Amino acid sequence: MTGLGGPLFPIPTGSLLALGALLFCIGLFGALTRKNLIIVLVSIELMLNAANINLVTFSRLGVNPSLSGQVFSLFTITVAAAEIAVGLALLLAIFRLRRSSEVQDLNVHKW
Amino acid sequence: MNFVWNGPMIAFYVLALSVLGAGILMLSVRKVVYMALSIGGVFIGAAGIYILLGAEFVAVAQILIYVGAITILMMFAIMLTNHKAEEEPFRWTVRNATAAVGSVLLALVLLAVIRSTTWPVQSANLNLNGGNSNPVAIGLVMFKQYAFPFELVSLVLIVGLVGAVILAQERKEEE
Repeated sequence: MTGLGGPLFPIPTGSLLALGALLFCIGLFGALTRKNLIIVLVSIELMLNAANINLVTFSRLGVNPSLSGQVFSLFTITVAAAEIAVGLALLLAIFRLRRSSEVQDLNVHKW
Repeated sequence: MNFVWNGPMIAFYVLALSVLGAGILMLSVRKVVYMALSIGGVFIGAAGIYILLGAEFVAVAQILIYVGAITILMMFAIMLTNHKAEEEPFRWTVRNATAAVGSVLLALVLLAVIRSTTWPVQSANLNLNGGNSNPVAIGLVMFKQYAFPFELVSLVLIVGLVGAVILAQERKEEE
């Protein structure tokens, strides 16, 4: 069989969802504990990727399997790209202002 | 659940383990550059899983956008800021411990829910693409069913692009 147009490999849904859940939790832990802003952004990307894996998984299931899940994940990838571009631009602006890219130095609004 | 050890299943487990391994590697190395490199491993592994799931177009888009653009953009950001940055070694502060306990608890709850749910078995002759190849089928769905969101997402992209340029440029007039 081929992946192109033919029947797909029946990989168990539970394993795929477990992979997504574990990836999400790794990303969550990284986003909560890391000090460097770039790594926090990277961890958020990891969480988005876990959501994408779930979307592609679910597009094969249901009464009426369709490509909607794959199209959704394409939209998510696009929005993630825009998000990381804006995030890194903010990071550069903050670095220019404060000479630091650490989370604990961004306490301007803390009082 | 009976495990069938055929080629795709072995490939799936190898890919899943390497994705999770790269994710854990990202959290365990201390240099920021190595972290950005290992996140590239996660993205490539996820692209492999998309190919296994029959989503070739998503896989190629993932490689182009995540591995090609986002990882390189992160490298640029690291080089433009504090490129010798190192994370300090992990310490069990209250904050870190709370985050670890919360993440592990969330993982356990999610895994328990996933395990206790009976998922519908995918039909044996599932054909998502309707006889076409996957990119053709995606294009048809995208431009027929999702034409309006497709246009909207281009608006999001242009706003993001212009916003990134405006945010990142030097402001001479205020100095």
